[in-house]
Amino acid sequence: MSNRLQGAIIGIGELKPVRYSEGKTTLGLIAEATRLAIQDAGISKEEIDGLLVGPQVGETPQHVPATVSEYLGINPTMSNTVDLGGATGPGMIWRAAAAIQAGMCETVVCVLANKNEKGEALRSPNRNPIREFDVPFGASGANTSYALLKRQHMEKHGSTQEEFAEIAYWARKNAQLNPNAIFYGKPLEVKDILQSPVISDPLHLLEIVMPVAGGAAVVVTSEEKAKKSNKKPVYLKGAGEKITHRAVSQAPDIDALPFSYSIPHALKQAETYIEDIDLLSLYDCYTSVVATTLESTGLCKPGEFGEFVKNHSFGHDGDYPLNTHGGQLGFGQADLAGGMSHVVEAVVQLRGDGGNRQIPNAKQALVTGNGATLSETTALVLGGER
Amino acid sequence: MSSLQNISLPGPTITPVSKPFWDSVAAGKLSIQQCNSCQEWVFYPREHCPHCLSDDLTWKEASGSGSLKTWSVIHRAGHPAWQDRTPYVVGIVELEEGPSLLTHLLVKEEDLAYKMKVKVSFEVIENHTLPFFTKEETQ
Repeated sequence: MSNRLQGAIIGIGELKPVRYSEGKTTLGLIAEATRLAIQDAGISKEEIDGLLVGPQVGETPQHVPATVSEYLGINPTMSNTVDLGGATGPGMIWRAAAAIQAGMCETVVCVLANKNEKGEALRSPNRNPIREFDVPFGASGANTSYALLKRQHMEKHGSTQEEFAEIAYWARKNAQLNPNAIFYGKPLEVKDILQSPVISDPLHLLEIVMPVAGGAAVVVTSEEKAKKSNKKPVYLKGAGEKITHRAVSQAPDIDALPFSYSIPHALKQAETYIEDIDLLSLYDCYTSVVATTLESTGLCKPGEFGEFVKNHSFGHDGDYPLNTHGGQLGFGQADLAGGMSHVVEAVVQLRGDGGNRQIPNAKQALVTGNGATLSETTALVLGGER
Repeated sequence: MSSLQNISLPGPTITPVSKPFWDSVAAGKLSIQQCNSCQEWVFYPREHCPHCLSDDLTWKEASGSGSLKTWSVIHRAGHPAWQDRTPYVVGIVELEEGPSLLTHLLVKEEDLAYKMKVKVSFEVIENHTLPFFTKEETQ
């Protein structure tokens, strides 16, 4: 049996992030992102026969696909909830392709959105075992979990604050070419990052994503249908996924986190090498995630991202274009939709629609998603050619 | 006066499965589970061994010693009730028996070191006893 993934992206729709939404529902934002994506694909909503959504969507804790289908007025023959935290977006793309290959549907909308009202709790409450075994000790929330992984990297490998700050610097620099980014018009220097308040040592405020309201939808279809599309199809060439833990206390060693499996798997499935990737679209909720991800790509060895970031440049015109939309650090994180922004930017670049941030010769992109604390990882290789 | 003073620190949400752990902690002992089938030690408390899925687990007293895998000095607490106590230190300790746990460290910031030896120290926080860790003094 062939393990070649078949499927192509023919539509993208992304809402411009705003710090706070007012009077919006998550269902409404989902519909708006979907409308933009099918418009971009040049298809009618009657052509959607597959739907993938995230868990606990705003007003809808259960029966999420049915509620979203009803709201959109569609009748999919395949629907599901994908629950991989920040890896949900990329995780949807290969699941969509697999469902199409299995003959269950032909055109799948993968959609994530989040409202963010002032004064509203951002996350669902902690539940056991984290609620029982982490929270009573004073450890709540992702900032502390990622701080623990960053500290382990620094102690084990001697990596420095300046090296991590370089990652936030490039994200913010790239965001200056994306008018939709939440931090457009607000560049930063490395020293600004290092002088920003320490939230959970060793993490500074400016190494952490800004929560925003927003949403993104992606239309995945069969290769046959994609050939008839008026948009240049972007093909799914390979995928990899791995999950290792939930609570940070149960995480494997910093050098054995699950990207060290999922990225090589995606590259192998795509029959390509990291040297032949033109765009790195890497999940970046925190600087330390990019460090670990780079070390899992093979571009540098475990512990050596610092040397790598010092010796290369990561703009659209650099030797390793990375998160040319600004990453989530520059673009903003609309909860789970933040992870989809890395898919959307890869499609923009592979179509050649990047405008003043277009990278030259964009043929292949590596997209990653990461959920919980480097726990749920997904990697995709997307290509402009089959 | 801080507006947070009336917010209680969140205590453990004890379940029938985890109760023996918290009972031991209240009695000044650190008991964790060991699998009778594969002999691996297990933490957090469960009904099944994550190594072999056996449901034959026994509670045993652990040494209470371990080494520090990583830590964070918290300046902005994730839970508002902890904010008045910042800065404070949390970390992940790998117990001598093998499993890792998240804990609160009663160690000065300048004394924190990767893989330093630590030992359990039972502290009463509001109405509940918690297994915090301190620096293990060399004999």
